[in-house]
Amino acid sequence: MSAPAKLQEPELARRHRIGKVFEWLCCGSTWFGLVVLAVLLVSVLWQALTWPAPKVKPGASGPTVAKAEDSAIPLSKQFFTNYDSRHPRRAGILAPIWGSLWLIGLVALLSVPIGVGSAIYLEEYANEGHFKRLIQINLSNLAGVPSVVYGILGLTAFVRMFGLFGKGGKTLVLNLGFTTLDVPLPFERSLIAGALTLALLVLPTVIVAAQEALRAVPSSIRIASYALGATQWQTIRHQVLPAAMPGIMTGVILALSRAMGEAAPLMMIGALTFIAYCPGEITNVGDIFRNPHGLVDAPFDKFTALPLQVYNWINRPQADYQHVAAAGIVVLLTILLLMNTAAIVIRHKFQKSTRW
Amino acid sequence: MSLANVASPLTPPKVGLRLQKQFSWVRAREAGVRAVLVSCASLSLITTLAIVYMFFTEAVYAVAPGSTAFFQDVSLWDFLTDTEWSPQFADKHFGILPLLCGTFVIAGIGSLIGLPIGLAAAIYLSEYAKPRFRRAMKPVLEVLAGIPSVVYGYFALVFVTPYVLRPIFQSLLHIDVDIFNAMSAGVVLGVMIIPTVCSLSEDALRAVPRGLREAGYALGSTKYDVSLKVVVPAALSGIVASFLLAISRAIGETMAVSIAAGQMPRLSLNPFRSMETMTAYIVNISLGDTPAGTIEYKSLYAVGFTLFLITLGMNVLAQRVMKRFREVYE
Amino acid sequence: MTIMQSFNELVHQRQQRESAKRIRPVETEVTKLDVRNLNFFYGEKQALFDVSMTVAERAVTAFIGPSGCGKSTFLRALNRMNDIIEGAHHNGTVLLEGQEIYAPDVDVVALRKRVGMVFQKSTPFPKSIFDNVAYGPKIAGQRNYKTLSEIVEQSLKRAALWDEVKDRLQDSALALSGGQQQRLCIARALATNPDVILMDEPASALDPASTARIEDLIFELKQNYTIVIVTHNMQQAARISDWTAFFYQGYLIEKDHTQKLFTTPKKKQTEDYITGRFG
Repeated sequence: MSAPAKLQEPELARRHRIGKVFEWLCCGSTWFGLVVLAVLLVSVLWQALTWPAPKVKPGASGPTVAKAEDSAIPLSKQFFTNYDSRHPRRAGILAPIWGSLWLIGLVALLSVPIGVGSAIYLEEYANEGHFKRLIQINLSNLAGVPSVVYGILGLTAFVRMFGLFGKGGKTLVLNLGFTTLDVPLPFERSLIAGALTLALLVLPTVIVAAQEALRAVPSSIRIASYALGATQWQTIRHQVLPAAMPGIMTGVILALSRAMGEAAPLMMIGALTFIAYCPGEITNVGDIFRNPHGLVDAPFDKFTALPLQVYNWINRPQADYQHVAAAGIVVLLTILLLMNTAAIVIRHKFQKSTRW
Repeated sequence: MSLANVASPLTPPKVGLRLQKQFSWVRAREAGVRAVLVSCASLSLITTLAIVYMFFTEAVYAVAPGSTAFFQDVSLWDFLTDTEWSPQFADKHFGILPLLCGTFVIAGIGSLIGLPIGLAAAIYLSEYAKPRFRRAMKPVLEVLAGIPSVVYGYFALVFVTPYVLRPIFQSLLHIDVDIFNAMSAGVVLGVMIIPTVCSLSEDALRAVPRGLREAGYALGSTKYDVSLKVVVPAALSGIVASFLLAISRAIGETMAVSIAAGQMPRLSLNPFRSMETMTAYIVNISLGDTPAGTIEYKSLYAVGFTLFLITLGMNVLAQRVMKRFREVYE
Repeated sequence: MTIMQSFNELVHQRQQRESAKRIRPVETEVTKLDVRNLNFFYGEKQALFDVSMTVAERAVTAFIGPSGCGKSTFLRALNRMNDIIEGAHHNGTVLLEGQEIYAPDVDVVALRKRVGMVFQKSTPFPKSIFDNVAYGPKIAGQRNYKTLSEIVEQSLKRAALWDEVKDRLQDSALALSGGQQQRLCIARALATNPDVILMDEPASALDPASTARIEDLIFELKQNYTIVIVTHNMQQAARISDWTAFFYQGYLIEKDHTQKLFTTPKKKQTEDYITGRFG
């Protein structure tokens, strides 16, 4: 009996060797993502922080070139308070930061109620039938539509409004009581057109995330509420939604961080221009109180956003702008990282505090 | 009987039961809420209809009097067979082939890199990794998926091309590498789809019942045999679906490829030259102030429609495959 | 026949307790619920076959039978809890004080306010104790905080939970023990001011001490409420109920005064079940 056992041993050893190699390959692949992430972050930070001081050209008229702000490095204070500039060292991200904040705020305002509403309908009201299946299939298809196609839709439906308002367009004047509001029709290349486009883009993500959060709420809670004589909406409003809220919040924040980083749809609606003012002329929090009218004007102003500004800088021929772009990316990634962390923290707390 | 205090708000009122529906604000609100929610859910349908309507009227058949759609000006045959794409030149050509070529070369490179690495990572996470490692690695993948594509484009342009591709191909192998090239775009695209492949494939692998694995071990298999010859085949349709979704994402990816691969429509398979994808063309045409109604402007919709149909087809296919997988295990 | 004697003893003990507390005799009953020829289906599958039964006011009616016999389905048909299940349908009539509860013009929400329900597994909402009990009145439009706290106090007292929780009404209901949670659910049901309380195996997930408390509570509650309880425990039925109905395979086999059903069952199947020959 010992002979065949001996014959098998080298075979088994070979199989174990293959197994080991395979395991290392798989392990390496898992680490690959982390390594690339590290290289990417380090190279961007490197580019942002190691910008050599400007060489003073011999013979150039000294005082005009050697202004204090010209020797500023990216990520300094000026970088956050300056508008874009034709001089790389004076370029700042004030306008895109406010643009992105406005954009995210408006996208949240538009997509969260509609997305959560759709999810509630699909999970709590709709019967298993053709209508629900149709919407569900449609949602998974919409989630796979490239963002640039949403950009085309935004360009056609919001910027041009299918050409319905003729060549020059119209202006709709709304009287809000305390102030009047001029709404250009079509929306042209305004913040609201961008926000509507991005809202459509993130809507499928928000809906699916909210659906999952609602599904995780045990049905015993609903039944108990019905048994106490609550109507369906009262049950959802007072029991199901509060219980699902952390899950919905997590999904919404992740979806919004996706919208934050999207550039393609905004380029399509033509937001990539030299912009040297903030929407509604609000450049700091104090302006909101000084000029509340700016709050209602802002959605109809032209705008730029962080990823667009970064793209803009990347595409400029001067090499110095690569450093400015890197600084912009550092700001963008920091904001995204904060949003992601918030989402993870909420999810973590949620998992700990509930025990159904 | 002290509890049955007459003054207590709990005492059942001794009036006859009234169960009949009667008008009340509560009931009206129920109906109103339902109507609002239905319209919310219908918005996604309207979005789809709007996309289809837009492509149809701008690319296939114009509804507005006096205007023409793209395919009323350019024949479908020319669009599909002409080997030149030059809408901005005096001698205009509208052959989609160079754009398709750029799209598929770059997506192909991305798939060659991203699919195997993503799958291997999924196998490691689902079969080999300790739970703690899994829990630590998942957020890393999420962060990787959350990085904006502009950043990947920047990475390709300032890191991958000068510090990876040029040293290897130009210095060692003496192949010219353009500053804008399909290879760098493909590489970052590969990295971008890893999270998609990894998380969807891992779900598929973990859905394979334990009994199947145990049966494999009981037959004297090593972990390698079980992983690759039992679990992967069992999860194959789920894995294929994740591949399809990832490729579809790669085809639709815009910013990274338009930054890294440049804007030169070229019918070529050389990955070290500049190429233009469909998505890159779409954003670039929108950058210049192309007036609405011109043929260049309408070409936007023709290319967009082509892109939409391709990605839609792949998504539908992926869902079919995924559904088959679910039917087996759930 | 020792089993039947032991049942007899249980019923006797109960009657002694009743007379000690001067609870009025159960014979003078008024019909609260009247079910006629109820057939119930889950999709294709028929769960109840031609069930007719009356439920007496201010008494405890217990449903017994092996699992899957339809007793829970029948219970849930009494406040239309089955409406939520897709594909469930029925024919026959269920009258609450002479009104058809399945009539098209009946508001199911109004019905459920009058016919409360307590479930097998306690289902406290992830809120404070106070908010759990106040939930029903609140959604019914009661906004006055003083009235609400009065209702909460009354309900918790009736559910014999007040003394244990009165100092921590704002604590999470999830922090209560299993038995306390179940009594909280009963208090919550009482707060909506129902006439009828349906209980679906309310003590099956509890330890014996908590079970005893729930049984005492049911005993107290029947002075004011009509109680219908499903139980898999025949001793429990004998201990607490005035009427007992035996279900088997979707049919109502027999319903009678608890003492009669347990000591002199008319049907062979009932006798077999309560003497433990099957089930």
